[in-house]
Amino acid sequence: MIALLMRDLKLALRAGGGFGLGLAFFLIVTVLVPFSVGPQSALLDKIAPGVLWLGALLACLLSLDRLLALDWEDGSLDLLATAPLPLESTVTIKALAHWITTGLPLVLAAPVLGVLLNLPGPGYLWLVVSLLLGTPALSVIGTFGAALTVGLKRGGLLLSLLVLPLYVPTLIFGAEVARRGAEGFAVQVPLLMLAGISAASIALLPFASAAVLRVNLR
Amino acid sequence: MSFWEYANPKKFLATTEKLMPFLWVSSGVLLVTGLVWGFFFTPDDYRQGSTVKIIYLHVPAALMAINIWFMMLVASLVWIVRRHHVSALAARAAAPIGVVMTVIALVTGAIWGQPMWGTWWEWDPRLTSFLMLFLFYLGYMALWEAIDNPDTAADLTSILCLVGSVFAVLSRYAVNFWNQGLHQGASIMRAGAVTGSDTEEKVSNIFFAPLMVCIAGFVLLFIALVFYRTGTEIRARRIKALQARERVEAA
Repeated sequence: MIALLMRDLKLALRAGGGFGLGLAFFLIVTVLVPFSVGPQSALLDKIAPGVLWLGALLACLLSLDRLLALDWEDGSLDLLATAPLPLESTVTIKALAHWITTGLPLVLAAPVLGVLLNLPGPGYLWLVVSLLLGTPALSVIGTFGAALTVGLKRGGLLLSLLVLPLYVPTLIFGAEVARRGAEGFAVQVPLLMLAGISAASIALLPFASAAVLRVNLR
Repeated sequence: MSFWEYANPKKFLATTEKLMPFLWVSSGVLLVTGLVWGFFFTPDDYRQGSTVKIIYLHVPAALMAINIWFMMLVASLVWIVRRHHVSALAARAAAPIGVVMTVIALVTGAIWGQPMWGTWWEWDPRLTSFLMLFLFYLGYMALWEAIDNPDTAADLTSILCLVGSVFAVLSRYAVNFWNQGLHQGASIMRAGAVTGSDTEEKVSNIFFAPLMVCIAGFVLLFIALVFYRTGTEIRARRIKALQARERVEAA
């Protein structure tokens, strides 16, 4: 398992774009927001948590179609499926590798981008906490979507159509934590819901992803 | 004689074909009766005026939109567990009907909301959930269209339907949490609504009877359409098989 994780991480690092592109996209989206809604800081600090969450979500989404497609194309996915490691573990590791290369950098970059959007003081902590709890769910859900569309030639758009509705609960609770945190309200309820969604997704979705992958590799 | 005999496409087709005329006629009669009764022979609501009559389209369509997804979920489970092709095809056949019902519910809701709430659209939990349901239907149908191999497509869409159902329920609670809304709660089957002893918000008997007729009409119409479309899917697959056999024989 660790070998597989290291392999995926190395591939992401050396093939380029793993860490960089998602982050760059996140930066661009955040920079474009003031251009589209105007630079008034009163407006920006109100929408900052939501914008940062949406940007992170989209950056996560964009990197999904490469998650399994490369391994599918060169056949290593078939090898992984016949390996002694259960396919459920394989997809979990894949999701973990995706989170480390995409989710974690987004979490770390979010406070910096928060400065650009004039995020109020207490918001930073809760933004980071909510992203830290929420992005694993995004990766696991995304892995399910990637497994669904792995064999398709034009899977990219379909992947977005399938995955985005599944992202809704995570987005709602995550953004709610960040928003309440920024406005200084109690965050406990949405925070617990967000943690629950993440935990349940991580526990259950790999089984669905593996089942789907088996069908696609048949 | 068990229910599973209808998993045989031939048996399914023979039986549904016998039922079809009855289903078409009864759903047509019920719909016409319900709508005419509702539109012309019920009084205007004392506060909502004649706009209340949109209820005869809005409520049945919304009811069906949710129940069709539920039926697809059951059909998908049957496919996953027992691998009956008719079941998978029925789920596929139901999806476009469900999406149309969702659109009817959303559009009539907007038309109703405009004079009543003064807005076409509001990010109310119920409205938002229906929009989400619409997106789930779209994704489900797009996945069916995208995959060539029918068995693979049936497997993948079934699993998507299962996972999607869980997330649809989650979204429902999430949006409830996120925004409290304008839409009233379920007010048709509230206790006392039928006997008229309830004095609170409820749909009164004058509106209730034609509404039930409309709902029955929608249900029968859905059953008729699903049988019809499933039959079409079965025949389309049969044609494909025959064409493939012909090609093999010609070669």
